[in-house]
Amino acid sequence: MDKSQSTGLLFEISHKGRRCHLLPDCDVPTKTSAELLDKKYLSNDPTHLPEMAEIDIVRHFVNLSTKNMAIDCNFYPLGSCTMKYNPKRHERLGSLSGLAHVHPLQDDQTCQGMLEILWEMQNYLAEIAGLDGVSLQPAAGAQGELTALLVAAAYFRDKKEKRTKVLIPDSAHGTNPASAAIAGFDTITIKSNARGRVDMEDLISKIDSQTAVFMITNPNTLGLFDEQIVQITELIHKAGGLVYLDGANMNAILGITRPGDFGADMMHYNVHKTFTGPHGAGGPGSGPIAVRKQLIPFLPAPLIIKTTEGFKLDYDRPKSIGRVRSFFGNVGILLRGYFYIRTLGPDGLKQVSQNAVLNANYLLSLVKEAFDVPHGDRCMHEFVASARTLRRDKKISAMDIGKRLLDYGYHAPTVYFPLVVSEAMMMEPTETESKETLDHFAKTLIKIRDEDADFLHDAPHTLDISRPDEVKAAKEPMLRWKK
Amino acid sequence: MPYLLNTPDDKNEMLKSIGASSIDDLFSNIPESVRLKRPLDIPKALTEIELTRHIDRLANSNLSADSAVCFLGGGSYDHFIPAVVDMVASRSEFYTAYTPYQAEASQGSLQAFYEFQTMISQLTAMDISNSSLYEAGSGLAEAILMAMSVTGRMGKVLVAESVHPEYRLSFTTYLANLEPTVVTVSCPEGKICLNDLASKLDETVSCVIVQHPNFFGNLEEVEEIAKLVHSKGALFIVAYDPISLGILKKPGDYDADIAVAEGQCLGNPMIYGGPYLGLLSCKEAFVRKIPGRLVGQTVDRKGKRCWVLTLQTREQHIRREKATSNICTNQGLFALRAAVFLAAIGPKGLTETAELCFRKAHFLMDLLCKIPGVKPKFNLPFFKEFTIELPCNAQMVINSLIEDGILAGLSQGRWSKDLANVMTIAVTEKRTRSELENYAAAFGAAVTAASSQEKSKALKS
Repeated sequence: MDKSQSTGLLFEISHKGRRCHLLPDCDVPTKTSAELLDKKYLSNDPTHLPEMAEIDIVRHFVNLSTKNMAIDCNFYPLGSCTMKYNPKRHERLGSLSGLAHVHPLQDDQTCQGMLEILWEMQNYLAEIAGLDGVSLQPAAGAQGELTALLVAAAYFRDKKEKRTKVLIPDSAHGTNPASAAIAGFDTITIKSNARGRVDMEDLISKIDSQTAVFMITNPNTLGLFDEQIVQITELIHKAGGLVYLDGANMNAILGITRPGDFGADMMHYNVHKTFTGPHGAGGPGSGPIAVRKQLIPFLPAPLIIKTTEGFKLDYDRPKSIGRVRSFFGNVGILLRGYFYIRTLGPDGLKQVSQNAVLNANYLLSLVKEAFDVPHGDRCMHEFVASARTLRRDKKISAMDIGKRLLDYGYHAPTVYFPLVVSEAMMMEPTETESKETLDHFAKTLIKIRDEDADFLHDAPHTLDISRPDEVKAAKEPMLRWKK
Repeated sequence: MPYLLNTPDDKNEMLKSIGASSIDDLFSNIPESVRLKRPLDIPKALTEIELTRHIDRLANSNLSADSAVCFLGGGSYDHFIPAVVDMVASRSEFYTAYTPYQAEASQGSLQAFYEFQTMISQLTAMDISNSSLYEAGSGLAEAILMAMSVTGRMGKVLVAESVHPEYRLSFTTYLANLEPTVVTVSCPEGKICLNDLASKLDETVSCVIVQHPNFFGNLEEVEEIAKLVHSKGALFIVAYDPISLGILKKPGDYDADIAVAEGQCLGNPMIYGGPYLGLLSCKEAFVRKIPGRLVGQTVDRKGKRCWVLTLQTREQHIRREKATSNICTNQGLFALRAAVFLAAIGPKGLTETAELCFRKAHFLMDLLCKIPGVKPKFNLPFFKEFTIELPCNAQMVINSLIEDGILAGLSQGRWSKDLANVMTIAVTEKRTRSELENYAAAFGAAVTAASSQEKSKALKS
């Protein structure tokens, strides 16, 4: 079906003189900006935006949308992204005007319902973490990491301890070292061992009196729970450091084990992943952090407290690091996380993790004969397969497989991450998929393995485009349309 | 249990295929000592009917811009959102997709982001824009990190006191453990003091941050500021209001180096502070230093025009601790909403919206200043937000107007104890003449009541 008429760029479809949104006539007699303002402030060039009618806009974007894969249309086993179903009740409740149209600077007395929900959310996230205090402020996981590291720095400064190093396993997500650098720390990389866990010898050799924080993702990015965790957290604590848990993989352990119970002192959640916010083609996220008692004074302000006069934003926090963004936080996503937790309850959350882990292990059991699985035949909520043998024997890469999956109506797994596995294909089915979907997906993967290499190099064959030239995009960056 | 699909039979078959005896067996490498031996202490599950009842009750207990008349601003505004924005953003294919790592399966979002980048560049008359950051406060932090990298200057960062206090606190927090110090330039008369700026500007300054219109609503002398800042080789970072660009000069017109804004006003609900989106535009020369996601145009293997995420070598997943920023996501869904909003409003609609905001704000300011004891705090030009001084405590007036179903404005006393009698009021295109007249009447009564209350309190003590 040819969609090119409506999916040209807006600027090509634009037609001078067309309008969509019309404004009422001015009903006040006041003079205009041209009469009241000095010319030096006024623009003498109109804004160059497209000129469109409503139907042009709708056809354009609706036709564009059909060029996307999405959870509501396709199985989306994108590892590390926890692409679970987005419940429709969340969208209806999140857009109630008593929530959606509340101004962030309204006085506390005018938004008690909002504050009650968010106060409860603080408590739920503390309980699920096994930690004592929560800040809902960070806008995304990466900002949560940065916030927690700033909290750690303030904590050590307060204790008059000079600690400069953050230790990070080589399998960690790239945001960990990037956040540590902005928080002013030096980053030290810790090796993984052959089993994909932290190399204890390397870790022990790098812990010293300068160690401020050890950042660990557990389950890690290979989908493995590091059973050395208690020993690790004891070592760090003995050296006077703090343990940070990257909560990217919380979907594996809800109600089963808690970061605070295995020795983490701080963590972030990715609410949009674990508690399912709409992924929106890359955001918004929400990255609240939970911390142990001694770190609470340093959390960003405000926190919500419950008083005899109702719920209040508490700004009176003299040791606080300050704030990492304007206004309260990504409330729209926090609300959806709250709806999800309330819908599932304690048993439901535990079943989420049980089924996420069951689905991942089942998928692993179906594909392990056909592909390399370098880290054993058990996993948590996700696993990393590798196309390295295929690459060696048939010149078929992880990318080829990912691209060919698109032809079959499946989103590709995460490819080439984590960096510690060559030709990595990271698969995370999540708990909201059925056995039939996993069976069919595994069969498709095995079928692709046996397809002709040259045919796969040119995949996908049935989508609108195939194999964009990324080198050209980076070499001659074209970041906007120009006349 | 909603959203879970595996039946007991499914589970048994799956466990058999795995070679596990039970689901618990799958968790066997979690040490027994750290397993949770009790259910989580959170409330029991609610059905959709029960959850809806619970949330309806809590939502109804809030005042909102629908149940009250909203004059609050300070970075978040009650502008109108055309239905077409909600319709497009609720397309499943947009809101349940993820980061466009697989370009072939994401051309819809990638093209929309490219259009967004173009429209933000057109709006600001800047060369290029990224595909959005979290919001304005951390967006300014990203702009400062970028300016440090561009200039190589690690000395001072200058910021006008008239920049939103929450933005200032946000980037000061980001910079807490890095080399530069944040130095405030005073604004005794409601806008940046050029002499103070000149005296603090030197060759160690990486950038100067000014908000225009500023936190009090006043216009800044951006052209003079730009010249002064550039004379010392520093970068000029401006925080602007996107709607104001319907009538005011654009950041590119006055030679800003980096332009940052809160994009909430472009078709996004206020929702108690987020998610919003940070807009960041800059000069072409800084393209390899710009933070956040970027979408670029290219061609596919058959030569067809298409779009991809590009210049990823700047980003944390490749550069790790050497990355220009730790940012990972953009605010995709909200960038899409802003793109649809800008297409719907168009150049004429933007100018008309800005003009309505301007005229209604000036009309209200005139009405309020007829109330005895109420006067403009500054005699400066403003756009849609203005600051007045009252003969009584501003928060008392705000509290009393809640009874009239009015969210009256911001007491500046919230941020500065000396300004307890000062209030900042925002007026959008949604306000009608009768709402403004009712507001002024209620405001006058509230001022009289609060003044006499203060007087009798003073007499008693």
